[in-house]
Amino acid sequence: MSRLYGTRGWILLGAFAFILFVAFPVLSLKVSEQSALHLSQYWVTLVGKIMCYAIVAIAMDLIWGYCGILSLGHGLFFALGGYAMGMYLMRQIGREGQYQSDLPDFMVFLNWKEYPWHWWNTEHFWYCALLVVAVPALLALVFGFFAFRSRVKGVYFSIITQALTFAAMLAFFRNAMGFGGNNGFTDFKRILGLPITTPGTRMLLFAATGFVLIATLLLARWIVTSKFGRVLTAIRDAETRVAFCGYDTVSYKLAIFVLSAVICGVAGALYVPQVGIINPSEMSPANSIEIAIWVAVGGRGTLAGAILGAGIVNFGKSFFTQAFPEYWLYALGLLFILVTLFLPRGVMGLLQRSAR
Amino acid sequence: MRTLIFLLLMACAAPALALDKDVVEKLAFGDGDERSAAVLALVKDGDEAAVPLLKALDGDSVQSVEKRVLIINGDEGIDAVTGEKVSPLPENRDDVVVNNRLRGEIENALAAFNLLSPDRGVRLGAAKSLATGADPGMLKLVQKALARETDPDIKPLLEVTAAGMEMRAGDKESRLAAIRRLGESASPHIRTLLAAAAEGDPDAEIRAEAQKSLRAVQGRLDWGERAGLLFAGVSLGSVLLLAALGLAITYGLMGVINMAHGELIMIGAYATYAVQKFFRLHLPEAFNWYLLAAIPVSFVVSALVGMLLERAVIRWLYGRPLETLLATWGISLTLIQAVRTIFGAQNVQVENPAFMSGGVQALSNVVLPWSRIYIIGFAALVLLSMYLLLTKTRLGLFVRGVTQNREMASCVGVPTARIDTLAFGLGTGIAGLAGCALSQLGNVGPDLGQGYIVDSFMVVVFGGVGQLAGTVYAALVLGLANKLLESFSGAVIAKIVVLVFIIFFIQRRPQGLFALRGRAVEA
Repeated sequence: MSRLYGTRGWILLGAFAFILFVAFPVLSLKVSEQSALHLSQYWVTLVGKIMCYAIVAIAMDLIWGYCGILSLGHGLFFALGGYAMGMYLMRQIGREGQYQSDLPDFMVFLNWKEYPWHWWNTEHFWYCALLVVAVPALLALVFGFFAFRSRVKGVYFSIITQALTFAAMLAFFRNAMGFGGNNGFTDFKRILGLPITTPGTRMLLFAATGFVLIATLLLARWIVTSKFGRVLTAIRDAETRVAFCGYDTVSYKLAIFVLSAVICGVAGALYVPQVGIINPSEMSPANSIEIAIWVAVGGRGTLAGAILGAGIVNFGKSFFTQAFPEYWLYALGLLFILVTLFLPRGVMGLLQRSAR
Repeated sequence: MRTLIFLLLMACAAPALALDKDVVEKLAFGDGDERSAAVLALVKDGDEAAVPLLKALDGDSVQSVEKRVLIINGDEGIDAVTGEKVSPLPENRDDVVVNNRLRGEIENALAAFNLLSPDRGVRLGAAKSLATGADPGMLKLVQKALARETDPDIKPLLEVTAAGMEMRAGDKESRLAAIRRLGESASPHIRTLLAAAAEGDPDAEIRAEAQKSLRAVQGRLDWGERAGLLFAGVSLGSVLLLAALGLAITYGLMGVINMAHGELIMIGAYATYAVQKFFRLHLPEAFNWYLLAAIPVSFVVSALVGMLLERAVIRWLYGRPLETLLATWGISLTLIQAVRTIFGAQNVQVENPAFMSGGVQALSNVVLPWSRIYIIGFAALVLLSMYLLLTKTRLGLFVRGVTQNREMASCVGVPTARIDTLAFGLGTGIAGLAGCALSQLGNVGPDLGQGYIVDSFMVVVFGGVGQLAGTVYAALVLGLANKLLESFSGAVIAKIVVLVFIIFFIQRRPQGLFALRGRAVEA
């Protein structure tokens, strides 16, 4: 316990958990809608969504902040987890689609008669949950193995992961892939038999996301304070030296890359039922780079900073896109420039400096 | 132009106007089939006397008085049969109505008559249109035109057309001869004709002969397709090369990861648009030459923006590539939004100048568009000037010096900071030139650059960072591979396959990325 956080850290974390698991459910479900304290569905969905982003940011911080590998494929892992969950949610629609068929609407539209092979068994939740973890893990394992073994590093790794994401996006845009093409999956009705739009179910999803977020934070904190984590940091700072000391750097990098991908997949799986849609634009290279800016804003190498950064940028985004939609890209662009130029240690760096 | 020909034809045909009364009456008053037959009958003899009547029918200016058919021209008329002037016009006239089917046939017939026009362009156009849709009934007219024709471009076309007609009508000997002659053509239309004959003709001898000719035609068409594919590949390669050349300097030589490279291409395209607009408003008579003015303008605008970025942002991030990546991504977002604010979110229209439109008919089934040919040439020109600039000028010497050993260059008095700015400006200026070229090929919109950023990086990385020659090979290989795969599997799959191939290539040959070896790799 004390290895992970000091007393103040645990108190802050406890307060955070209290807000998520007590304040939010009470304010949105128990307080009447007329009350000024009532939290609308909009806020529950927004915060739930941002928590999913925060989980991704932690995954990104683990690999970029602590190991110095800037992966631009994290948007892809996130979307793959989302698609795996989306397949289950599509099966849960049953015959309530527009065409009242056993098949999802887009397959009826394409005049398909049965599910393609990769939809096998997807009506079972456990199988899709397995896919959520296994697909990103497998992709990261294979891709990372080849990349790290041939010592692709730094910017080259960023660029080829971006190319991978781009290629995957093009592939998922095709109808023939069997993932709904442009439109992706939407119009979900149920999850685990529960109607997906009711406030109760939404709060359950919200709480599950909050739980995963805190668990991910603790897991990541446990990793970076372990010996394994120290080696990762050493690889970031002087990879050759670590290798000369006898460490197999490829395995270390591969392990953290795969773990990071799995965390992204889980975040994607939690994201899809809450926002109600998954389509290939989630894989666009721009999304993956945005993940990096969340971490940079919060402060690299500080896990709490990743959560903070994801929160600041995404609340900013939802505020700007409603109030001044014209200016959001200016704000985001300037954020990229200013943070890299003037805030190399992010908001956490600022906080630490002012605390001192 | 058409009216001029019409008047010319009118002038030479009017005195000799004398048509078969029976045919003209059928044309005006008969039922559907009779009228079609009458049109063909008028064409069959190739008598140009029929042209004014057909023209008038097409233009709805034929009227009838009892059994007399009149071509109306203002307030006087001409008797269609005798050619006499009728003035003043009688009162009780009826319109001769032309339905759509008949109009199509009349227009086809008029096209056939155009074969006899004194104007070469008109004849060529007519010969081309008849090559794909001629009725065997027009054979006599085509033969007449063939006898008169001397132009080396038109004559072979007519010969093929005539043979195609003979193949379908006439006695066996002449049909066989026609089929043999068709074996020397290379047009998709003849292929269909021959295929029909090879499959369905009742005469076995004709079937065999048609199959033989069909194979010859097919072989020639295949070559045409291959040549077309090669051209498309080279063309795509030249576009990729233009997009990647600027990056080969900023990334390849200077090591700056410029994610805003695509947006600098986009700015070049918008600069071209602005120049075009200026010419349209202020110099409409020189509009065709706006592109020549746009080339330096797009270079300078993009170079200035690039130099500004280098001074303001990128300079502070040298040696921190990941930060450079993020900051330049931010720049690209800002530039996209700035262009949206200035020019609007919609695509803008950049019109090709006249000399860029149209194409060269290289083979019967291959047309090479002029715009693509010019851009291949332009890419070669840009490449050559960049090569000369880097190897023959003082600036080029300094750029290479700073790339190879910054401290040493600085020690011997090279102003390294200024050289960085200039080299970056050169790279972004070339991106601007790419934008100018791309504006001639497709849509110009704020998102233009986003589509090229991944491709350009792939080209530079694939070719080997820091090597211009590698960039050229990579662009051509990727262009050709993309088009080749496209012909098997469709565009999207081709793109994915190429991307995956590059990903694997980089992993197999990471040393191909960096020419540096040993300790320098870590530096």
